[in-house]
Amino acid sequence: MDDVAIVGVGQSAFTRKSGVSIRELCFDAFKEAMTGLDLTNKDIDASITCSAPEYDKQRTPSGLISEYLELTPSPAFYIESVCSSSTTGLRVAYSLIKSGLHRVVAVIGFQKMSELSSRDSAERMGRGADIMWEAPFGISMPSGYAMFAQAHMAQFGTTVEQLARVRVKNASYGAKNPKATYRKEVTLEEVLTSAPVATPLKMFDACANADGASCIIVASADVAKKVSKIPIWIAGLGAATDTMSMSGRKSLTSLSCAKDAAAQAYKMAGVKPQDIDVAEVHDCFTISEILAYEDLGFAKPGEGARLVDEKQTYVDGKIPVNVDGGLLSKGHPVGATGGSQMRTIVRQLRGEATEAQVKNAEIGLVHNIGGVGQYGNVVILRR
Amino acid sequence: MGFETFGKVSFTSETKAAAFVDYLAQGKVMGTRCKACGTAYFPPKMDCPSCPDSETEWVEITGPGKLIAYSTVHYGPAGFEDDAPYTIAVGEFGNGLHIFSRISKDIKVEEIKPGMKLKVVPIKLTGDRLSYEFQKA
Repeated sequence: MDDVAIVGVGQSAFTRKSGVSIRELCFDAFKEAMTGLDLTNKDIDASITCSAPEYDKQRTPSGLISEYLELTPSPAFYIESVCSSSTTGLRVAYSLIKSGLHRVVAVIGFQKMSELSSRDSAERMGRGADIMWEAPFGISMPSGYAMFAQAHMAQFGTTVEQLARVRVKNASYGAKNPKATYRKEVTLEEVLTSAPVATPLKMFDACANADGASCIIVASADVAKKVSKIPIWIAGLGAATDTMSMSGRKSLTSLSCAKDAAAQAYKMAGVKPQDIDVAEVHDCFTISEILAYEDLGFAKPGEGARLVDEKQTYVDGKIPVNVDGGLLSKGHPVGATGGSQMRTIVRQLRGEATEAQVKNAEIGLVHNIGGVGQYGNVVILRR
Repeated sequence: MGFETFGKVSFTSETKAAAFVDYLAQGKVMGTRCKACGTAYFPPKMDCPSCPDSETEWVEITGPGKLIAYSTVHYGPAGFEDDAPYTIAVGEFGNGLHIFSRISKDIKVEEIKPGMKLKVVPIKLTGDRLSYEFQKA
């Protein structure tokens, strides 16, 4: 499967309020992604910009970003699947290269969430649900995931303490990540006593909106071997959807889009869940990480929370997960998030993750979800 | 009357399913069924992509159903600030038909239990708006 590789990864700092424009955020990510590569912007023969447009002031941002990074006249594409936009962009980049149409593609994700008030963001997130039948009831992003949490607790006995342990773990790594919004450890007590948002989820069970950008440079095998010392190969890709409406879901204790995407990615890569050395999962809420453990096959259905109880998802555990702090610590600049997850896994597989390196990591996985489980992308990378 | 009077905040005015609101005014919560293949839809859908055909009929939702999942929202999005706290929920109403709604504020939060029996009932909101909610069956 050594056809398409990731040769460069970068991200801006993720912050509550960046104080710079979207083009400058994207430049920060691009600069880090290009560092150390025997490539210039003139070698990038297509770019894919990814964001969730309801949060943007700039219409058709692909044109703007392409101009600012001086990628014109190469074609520029725009991709969105809300929170999973940049891994959807990666899938398109893979296809463009595999088809032979392009050889080097930049996937740039961004979002500047600080341009909207937190309540206005919540209103747009609510409209990420079915606007005709569900948004009129006041559904919000947290309450969608909260229903999964409630159902999981009722069916399997998962507890609020177990959910809180996900935040405690991720905060312990976020504290070491210089690009994370929250760089502080938190205690179980702090999570459990934080204000309720949508029961059973509390403020500390939720990630924060953030400003940020990410960039992934994808290349064909011949180029990758020339320009990069350690190309990281795209071994498996999976993508699937589930209904927008909560009433359309067959299960409220699992995200079927994630399970479907994982099955495709494992099959394509020829690996099993137990072969994964390190994973990044979409922990927009604490429950989301528990669901991910189960949907990815790291734990049996209903037993996900035990992994964090037993510290198996810490850096020296059986399957380290979100050892960069996850969305819970890094913050969630919607269109940039998948690219940031990719960056972490690439750095892990190259052995460059000095803040929290998993020993001898060779196979890594990214799980990036759009909406409340509407879009699921799973990517398996190999050193 | 069009669909813009549905719910606390409606984002849709024109739809082939606007009669849903007229039925609410008559005290009925309706789903639809494809006349060709018999597939039942809730929320109502006026088109059946499997056939594909647009010959559908209205069918009243009769209970009782049971509660599958819920969450009490403490931080409402724009337009819903004054409503919080309120409880959203999904109920199962037979043959795998799921309904998304709010649970009536007449039911105390501590009385809400997974699996409890529910009925879905049309309600009037302020400003001549119409909706439906779950009440105890």
